[in-house]
Amino acid sequence: MAPVVDTLRLSAEEALGLVERREVSPGELHAAYLEAIGQRDGELHAYLRTSETSDGASIPIALKDVISTKGVETTAGSRILEGYVPVFDATVAARCKAAGLTFLGKTNTDEFAMGSSTENSAWGPSRNPWDPDRVPGGSGGGTSAAVSGGLAPWGLGSDTGGSIKQPSALCGNVGLRPTYGSVSRYGVVAFASSLDQVGPVAKTVRDAALLYSIIAGRDASDSTTVELPEPVALPESDRLDGLRIAVPTQLESLDAIEPGVRAAFERTVELARELGAEVGECDLPTSYRYGMPCYYLIAPAEASSNLARYDGVRYGPRADATTYDEMVERTRDDGFGAEPKRRIMLGTYALSAGYYDAFYGQAQKVRTLLIREHREALERFDVIATPTSPTVAFPIGDKAADPLAMYACDLLTIPSCLAGLPGLSIPCGLSEGLPVGLQLLGPQFGENVLFRTGHALEQAIAFDTVPERLR
Amino acid sequence: MAISRDEVLHVARLARLALTEDEVERLTGELAAILDAVGIVAELDLADVPPTSHPLDVVNVWDDDEPRESLGLDDVFANAPARDGDLFRVPPTV
Amino acid sequence: MSWEPVIGLEIHVQLKTRTKMFCRCAVGFGAGENTQTCPVCLGFPGALPVVNRRAVEWTILLGLALGCEIPGQAVFSRKNYFYPDLPKGYQISQYDLPSCINGNMLLPTAEGDRVIGIVRAHLEEDAAKTVHVGGRSGRIAGADFSLVDYNRGGTPLVEIVTAPDIRSADEAKRFLQLLRQTIVELGISDAEMEKGTLRVDSNVSVRPAGSAELRTRTEIKNMNSFNFIARGIDAEVERQIAAWESGGEVRQETYDFDAASGRLTARRAKEEADDYRYFPEPDLVPVEPPAELVERLRSELPEFPATRIRRIEATLDLDRATVLVTGGLDRLWGETVSAGAEPVATANVVANTLVGAGVDPAAVSATELSKLLEARDRIPRGAFDEAIAKLADPGFSADPYLAQESVSDTTELEPIVEAVLAANPGQVEAYRGGKEGLLGFFVGQVMKETQGKADPRVVNELVRAKLGE
Repeated sequence: MAPVVDTLRLSAEEALGLVERREVSPGELHAAYLEAIGQRDGELHAYLRTSETSDGASIPIALKDVISTKGVETTAGSRILEGYVPVFDATVAARCKAAGLTFLGKTNTDEFAMGSSTENSAWGPSRNPWDPDRVPGGSGGGTSAAVSGGLAPWGLGSDTGGSIKQPSALCGNVGLRPTYGSVSRYGVVAFASSLDQVGPVAKTVRDAALLYSIIAGRDASDSTTVELPEPVALPESDRLDGLRIAVPTQLESLDAIEPGVRAAFERTVELARELGAEVGECDLPTSYRYGMPCYYLIAPAEASSNLARYDGVRYGPRADATTYDEMVERTRDDGFGAEPKRRIMLGTYALSAGYYDAFYGQAQKVRTLLIREHREALERFDVIATPTSPTVAFPIGDKAADPLAMYACDLLTIPSCLAGLPGLSIPCGLSEGLPVGLQLLGPQFGENVLFRTGHALEQAIAFDTVPERLR
Repeated sequence: MAISRDEVLHVARLARLALTEDEVERLTGELAAILDAVGIVAELDLADVPPTSHPLDVVNVWDDDEPRESLGLDDVFANAPARDGDLFRVPPTV
Repeated sequence: MSWEPVIGLEIHVQLKTRTKMFCRCAVGFGAGENTQTCPVCLGFPGALPVVNRRAVEWTILLGLALGCEIPGQAVFSRKNYFYPDLPKGYQISQYDLPSCINGNMLLPTAEGDRVIGIVRAHLEEDAAKTVHVGGRSGRIAGADFSLVDYNRGGTPLVEIVTAPDIRSADEAKRFLQLLRQTIVELGISDAEMEKGTLRVDSNVSVRPAGSAELRTRTEIKNMNSFNFIARGIDAEVERQIAAWESGGEVRQETYDFDAASGRLTARRAKEEADDYRYFPEPDLVPVEPPAELVERLRSELPEFPATRIRRIEATLDLDRATVLVTGGLDRLWGETVSAGAEPVATANVVANTLVGAGVDPAAVSATELSKLLEARDRIPRGAFDEAIAKLADPGFSADPYLAQESVSDTTELEPIVEAVLAANPGQVEAYRGGKEGLLGFFVGQVMKETQGKADPRVVNELVRAKLGE
């Protein structure tokens, strides 16, 4: 009889070990996760669809539904892509296949990756495994809920302004937003081209590093990718001697950060000191005051253009109409939800004649300042540390009616995204019984430093990634 | 920063969104609030700052002029709402 | 009041690369509909563009041939609008940082060189092809629709924008002829208007002669030959002058010109002006042409056509020089003259007889042609014409034709001349009554009777003599 696989606890590395030692077959492993999905996903709604078959010699993986999977419906959480079945794999999906990973299913997402709670999905929200009345974060709430809910050993998400990091923080798992240009976007439904990156969501830092090494590296089909300057190093050490960590001075006056989150963060910084790190301060004034406005000009502008291809001509549902213009307008109004419409309108406005200079043009200059600010700080320090999210997971429905309140969830993740820098979120404690995430930011291609830092802290914190109510 | 109803309709037309009356009203309010929040970028004097289009400093990425296989017609039309022979059919452009 | 036209041209050149601008689908005629497509040129979700390096190099080459500066950085931009032939909902083009700027083309004229400014040349992708299927058949339901073939979509295009320096329709035509020849010689495009690999839009305004003002201009599109373009421009200039002179005004409009009727029709004004919301293409990185590349391309440039015209003009005249150069015939002419042939006769034969016989000048041996030219008066006309027509045949030799001799023996020819005159009494009378042009008719008849073997000069003298009697 096959051993019972505890999908709630199993890390990817452990699962790989099981398969390698032939204690479990890939098929059995796949079946175990499907069973868990059967048991818990009715409540969590992490998945939009799952795959019964497991062709692959290795362990399963979940993919956010913005990642094109050949022959498998890919909706990006939107009705405008209902029924759309890609005829090609995204490069990241192909690389997972080439590594033998078996495809478990497509996870839920805010529509077109726009959101911080997964409540914007046309297929209904996902729920936080720690408290199903609360959001799992977004836009990649589905992947995070799957990983922390024991419904996948690991998964791929996409991050534009924090869509990997923030749900990871709210669900108590590890998420990496890679350096811009280190992972291919080919086949990933585009939201904001100069910001989107695909990255790993996992239970441990080593898992995240391993998955990153599978997907990263130049793709000839994506002109914005480059070769990694150095290979991925799986972290080993549990010490941080010699590491210089900076905490931005601006955090102190950010009232948006909940007291429980702040407390957990400060405890973790102290812990880093105990592990041998030097902790200092850096100044990122432009980032915290102008980062969100900058992001909410650039991202919607690029999105308004990227979403222009959804017109009912070549794929997706088509509205009835007597003229082409009418057909396009109705298809788009019917198919897009409120958040994509809002961002398309905002982005179109920011690019339009008479407004370009003041809005989009100005935001691009602010972006230059953010890059400079971060670069200066990272010349004096190895990593910058902040909480990932200003709050713990909030109740479903709490912010849904207030777009600006929802946007504020990304206050801490956005600035480094604009700078194209990598960010790792690891669970660092609880507040009111809910996970708090620590965000570690590094220089371009500084993933190895992030892994090293995150791993040592992870060992010392010893956070139990299994949600309390599921233990 | 207020945005007029006319401007909202104009932008909706540019973006090819057939907004309902409800949506126009709602969006007018929401966009005004968002534009207020994002509009603060105008506070900064950035005359001497160059804009950034790409966070990665890379140039000259290109491919040799060698043909690769195109899609088969089944794949081209796999998701097509309206196929007419080997062409995509759409309502007439006026 | 006298007016002068102010004309600028926008020219689109389709490059004959093997693959598209942003994907590696093959380009080329004759393929089945939608068989040269892929996720990128179909605008499928998640697809991304990759630049065709050869297209970039050829654009720089063209810019250099047009005397342009090649800026240190060129950036692709998105031009956003909705149309069925635009699958992404935007065209990837170049906006404020194009590949080539500030050039000019010299147009040799009798009064010196006219300088036509080239504002810019930039690289972009072509739209797909939309066919509008109309229903005026009286059917109500399902009558009208459009059909889209994405094969052409994504083909590399270079857009050349001239300054409004052109001052007449004829000048526009000559500019286009010279431009086309330049493009063809670079080997980057066939540049044929009938095939759509060269497209021209004209921007036309008028102003009081000698003034520097720029009045409202209109655009004329969709003319598909240089002659039609010239006629369209003439018609529009006339229309605008009439409008100003009658106290009216010229509105910024777009016109179509129908060559058959000579009529300009204004297109229906759009409800709102286009706002393309250009911004730098985030899926592509900038192009910074390395200095060695630009220099290598510069070294590959053939001599500028204008320079060649001036050089050849010294031996011939401006008109003949222009015809030779714009027809791509000057190399053959030069080699033939170097082989000993007489320049003017060579020019005439190459530009008229050779071209008229559809012979490809690139396949002709200058040596053989010069031999024929040298023997032109000696051998029968028919033999000469036949030889010219076969000049491009592989392994052609003039020798067999040189061996033939025209009949110049008057004793042989006299009876034939007399027979022709006797058979055409009416024309003889007309000639004697003053219609001296009929001489050619009689000579022609004698040539026909001798199957082209008679020496035309001798025939000419004989006919004159007989008619004079």
